Amino acid sequence: MSLLERESSDVVMTPDNIRTKRMSVVVNLGIAVAALAIAAAVVYGFGIGNYVLVVVLGVVFYLAGLQIVAGRIEGNRAARDRMVKALIYAACVLAILPLASVVWTLVSKGVGRLDGDFFGSSMNNIGARDPEGGAYHAIIGTLEQVGIATLMAVPLGVLGAIYLVEYGRGKFATTVRFFVDVMTGIPSIVAGLFILSFWVLIVSPWFNNGTPRFSGFAASLALTVLMLPTIVRSTEEMLRLVPGPLREGAYALGVPQWKTIVKVVIPTALPGIVTGVMLAVARAAGETAPVLLVAGGAASINFDPFAGGQQSLSLFVYQQAGDASRYAPARAWTAALTLVAIVLVLTVAAKLLARRNSLSK
Amino acid sequence: MGDNPSRSENASAGDLGVTARHARGAGTGVSPSSFEEPPFGGGGALPKKTRFGMEAGFRGLSVAAGAMVLVIIVAIAVFLISKAVPAIRADNENFLTFNQWFPNETEPRFGIAVLAFGTVLTSIIALLVAVPIALGIALFLSHYAPKRLATPLGFIIDLLAAVPSVVFGLWGRDVFLEPVRNFSAWLNEYFGWIPIFGGDGPFGRSVLLGSLVLAIMVLPIVTSLSREVFLQTPTMNEEAALALGATKWEMVRTSVIPYGKPGVIAAVMLGLGRALGETIALALTLGIVFNISFNVIENGGNSIAANIANAFGEANETGRGALIASGLVLFAITLVVNMAARAIIYRRREFRDSAA
Repeated sequence: MSLLERESSDVVMTPDNIRTKRMSVVVNLGIAVAALAIAAAVVYGFGIGNYVLVVVLGVVFYLAGLQIVAGRIEGNRAARDRMVKALIYAACVLAILPLASVVWTLVSKGVGRLDGDFFGSSMNNIGARDPEGGAYHAIIGTLEQVGIATLMAVPLGVLGAIYLVEYGRGKFATTVRFFVDVMTGIPSIVAGLFILSFWVLIVSPWFNNGTPRFSGFAASLALTVLMLPTIVRSTEEMLRLVPGPLREGAYALGVPQWKTIVKVVIPTALPGIVTGVMLAVARAAGETAPVLLVAGGAASINFDPFAGGQQSLSLFVYQQAGDASRYAPARAWTAALTLVAIVLVLTVAAKLLARRNSLSK
Repeated sequence: MGDNPSRSENASAGDLGVTARHARGAGTGVSPSSFEEPPFGGGGALPKKTRFGMEAGFRGLSVAAGAMVLVIIVAIAVFLISKAVPAIRADNENFLTFNQWFPNETEPRFGIAVLAFGTVLTSIIALLVAVPIALGIALFLSHYAPKRLATPLGFIIDLLAAVPSVVFGLWGRDVFLEPVRNFSAWLNEYFGWIPIFGGDGPFGRSVLLGSLVLAIMVLPIVTSLSREVFLQTPTMNEEAALALGATKWEMVRTSVIPYGKPGVIAAVMLGLGRALGETIALALTLGIVFNISFNVIENGGNSIAANIANAFGEANETGRGALIASGLVLFAITLVVNMAARAIIYRRREFRDSAA
């Protein structure tokens, strides 16, 4: 029964029915409880599933019941509104569940090997029956690879963004901007394959008497390819937020454009740029696929990123996950916890920095 | 002032070559000023535009950095092709249609058919699961949630995007496998008559598990982009709908969704791009079987990226070339998907500057 029908059927305009009737919260809760009860009865009565099915069926019954009851009280349109709202809330709960599960598993399984040995030793001479072994070499590898990648990607990315914002005009700039966006979507494994075919298989034999050589530096190159578009994009956004009058003021004082950019524009946008760089670093630290293809993944400590295979934390997780030893899963989870801790600290710090940034407000 | 005429006598005084964009240099032909002997006073102290100064150098550097992006994309294509072509030449079967992968034998035989099929299948199922939920969350964050709830929830969704894929893979294999296996058995028991839920097991390390893990990973990117787009709906449109007596959902349906539609399509395609390229999570969760099957709950499934990660360790030279060839196919697919998505975003100017 819709609103229009009700009005046409000789309803007297009393203060009671001038306003639309609203379904009370109690009725709403009642529908929910009834739906769950019916679902439980159906599921356990026929023996077709467990509590998960009860909840799922309960939600379905609740939506149906809501549509019927709210449709009677408030009209079809309001009932539809309520149903969509319930669906949207359900979507949120559904998305939080896996995240909660990941966090819980990480912590509960990760603390198992969270000891000094894990952070102080490598996997050198660790056999399948040894419960020891650690990720020291992997942490070294991650820090070095990501550090070198940052050193390469940040100047390139910031300069690229400066080109797009300050100098770029016309078709070429539009093309560059478009492909920066496209490049953010390049799969990490493709970046790894690129460095494999370019650096490891073609360039590195020149330095190594003709045999291809895996190295931490190759991993850095691959990470650079992945970080570059992210840094260009975030820096570009920040540079665009710098007010034009600041630049014009500098020009009016006779400052050349490059100096204006270096001394006025960049310092103004610096907090935002740092935020973008930190997010890119966090993303790069978690990349496994490119490192797997080009770093080699040694079991011993290797401080030299240019010679010999190097491990990385994410690759360590992947290798331990595939290891048959019964001590490997514990190592994998602790390494995963360490990795997530590093990534999350970087991300949260970047977000907090962004919140304090006066430009983006 | 002596012999040096003041700059202000020059009609083009405001048009000094401070910025490289201006065609005319600083007081061309009027001022005798040079770097060695700066003139006294007035605007004459401004440096002349020089051919090889800091300005030109800095500009050149930044143009080079910008061009670097194009160079990298072209280089990816060139180097992948250069390594892929010899391997495809050595292939004794049709690379596009053969459905086995034996590139390391003396008579290499390999084809991309199974891998491409698996990649597309897992990505599509992942999107079917993730997109409705992601749009729901995006609407919740932009229009339904109170601000006190929207900010932390948006933060959590962003954190979800930051979790490395190997962690999701590990979680999918060690934790999520069990519920999915039970669910698969249940599906098989009651819906086994539908071919995709058929088969007699074993269940678990299946396309379903891989796709669900993938869905969780695609969720944040689709959510954050759609939220940005929904937030940009002009308030006028929303208020007009409400003023006409629309309920909240009718307002969303008639003003927010039509306005954001191109952005949402682009977000979904970016999610698709990410799903197609995901490697480690699928390498850890899929059953890695070489056959084309629509059965989503039996052990099996494969994808281009996961196969590269799995087969790389024991690949010889042709094997590597074959993997690079499959990577080239993946690169081409994701490039097309991403370019299409970006082209949609670029048509709407207001989306361009916010969609990261």
